[in-house]
Amino acid sequence: MSGISQEDVAHLANLARINIPTKELGHYASQLDAILNAVAVVSSLDTSNVAAMSHPVPMTNVFREDIPGVSLTAEQALSGAPAVEDERFRVPRILDEE
Amino acid sequence: MSDLIRKDASELAGLVSSGEVSAVEVAQAHLDRIAAVDGAVHAFLHVDTKGALASAAAVDVKVKAGDKLSVLAGVPLGLKDILATNGLPTTCGSKVLAGWIPPYDATVVTKLREAGIVILGKTNMDEFAMGSSTEHSAFGPTHNPWDLERIPGGSGGGSSACVSAFEAPLAIGTDTGGSIRQPAAVTGSVGVKPTYGGVSRYGLVALASSLDQAGPCARNVLDTALLHSVIAGYDPMDSTSINSPVPDVISAAKRGDIKGMKVGVVKELGGEGYQAGVRSRFDESVALIESLGAQVVEVSCPSFPAALAAYYLILPSEASSNLAKFDGIRFGNRVGDDGTKSVEQVMSETRAAGFGPEVIRRIILGTYALSAGYYDAYYGQAQKVRTLIKQDFDAAFAKVDVLISPTAPTTAFKIGEKLDDPLAMYLNDVATIPVNMAGLPGMSLPIGLAPEDNLPVGLQIIAPAMADDRLYNVGAAIERELLAKWGGPILGLAPELAGA
Repeated sequence: MSGISQEDVAHLANLARINIPTKELGHYASQLDAILNAVAVVSSLDTSNVAAMSHPVPMTNVFREDIPGVSLTAEQALSGAPAVEDERFRVPRILDEE
Repeated sequence: MSDLIRKDASELAGLVSSGEVSAVEVAQAHLDRIAAVDGAVHAFLHVDTKGALASAAAVDVKVKAGDKLSVLAGVPLGLKDILATNGLPTTCGSKVLAGWIPPYDATVVTKLREAGIVILGKTNMDEFAMGSSTEHSAFGPTHNPWDLERIPGGSGGGSSACVSAFEAPLAIGTDTGGSIRQPAAVTGSVGVKPTYGGVSRYGLVALASSLDQAGPCARNVLDTALLHSVIAGYDPMDSTSINSPVPDVISAAKRGDIKGMKVGVVKELGGEGYQAGVRSRFDESVALIESLGAQVVEVSCPSFPAALAAYYLILPSEASSNLAKFDGIRFGNRVGDDGTKSVEQVMSETRAAGFGPEVIRRIILGTYALSAGYYDAYYGQAQKVRTLIKQDFDAAFAKVDVLISPTAPTTAFKIGEKLDDPLAMYLNDVATIPVNMAGLPGMSLPIGLAPEDNLPVGLQIIAPAMADDRLYNVGAAIERELLAKWGGPILGLAPELAGA
């Protein structure tokens, strides 16, 4: 498996929406490279006939009865929001300017 | 120092229900203790004096009225700051949630409140439960009451420290890879990670959803069982909750009879890499278990050496997805929103300012492991290793009733020692991680002090899914012998804290 470069870290940080300062990219890259080398052990096991397991308790389609219950009021749901307007979450602009 | 703080939870509950001592007196004694020692220990991020005294007063009203009380009514508790509490701050040890006050209670919290348990406050933790030392808390580390220069374990170091510093007889932790058991081991307290699905995760801020489980922390096996019985049970609000009866952990904790049981020592969890004093105390426990009439055999779990690696692919992958919601849009702090920046820029600045380095490392790692081209080699392969680990446990439990190992490879290390060496830090959980991977219940029980540093050592007991009662039966049998040998609880040997 391949190593992880500063450019990779910058790309992944962008995908994960974390603005890592350029001067810190090298430190993260070397730490992540060491971790990736260590976890590469997983490929040393023969898993050719092994099914993947995503969860300790296999369950499918866990549904509740479709009965209305008590839920948060708009005021409660918005109580922790950094910015609110007209009973809605106020967000920064989502489109580029023309 | 009030002697109320040294009493067991079960004893306190008895004093309160009989009216000998009021719940308010009990709460106040613990609040005084917190005021005296928590400056040095820093187990709590938030102390809710007003709320604690109010819920204690409510218990006293019930006592006076002769109402039926739950087994732990009036007993104080420290709550890990990862469980949502209506009206009380919930930070997960992160700046990104500093000041956030949830509008609802986690199911565990609802159950605690209904049982009349007095929540003293929220305990410190590694940020979003990522760590084994509590040093990754954005609000400063917690100190081990046995030696304030050492770590109390993590991520639930605040919960283990508040129990072992006599700030609370009970605490709630959460365990994703060992965050209840390893802190219990290094502080000389008892901690249990219940079967996955045995305790509701509703309102528990998710780190890795397929691994996380809340559980009880206390100073002895019976108190741990009592708290376990309060928080366990099916919850329709958690789709992974198991809809079957809660194992009778209280009876098991009172029984403590292991005659005729088969106990397996996991060959791969011990030996090289484990501190000499951890190994010698573990070997003594094995001899003790045999002397109590159980049969001890060695069992091999050949895929366990790869468990740590698989865990550090699965956990970051799930965490990178779970933590995407902390973007400063719907709750928490927002950074850089000056009216000119796009939502992506604001999210990126918010997350960079709000997350510490360990959280950033794991999000990046998870994003990498899930990316196209690497998914099969990393995340997919780790999931197959997870199956092998479960198969190893299945084969072992076909031969034995419980498995044992040391809980952690070393005793408590010095604060700062491993902070910038993630791989060294990850090794602390090498013996506890396989249990989470398979969703099994596990206990850490204090079994003595390592001769070379006089710090506590923990024994890990592992049982099959939904056989949590076996942990308490085995734990109680060993504890009874050790208490007789020591002449009292191991925490009696911990140094007195300044200010107390």
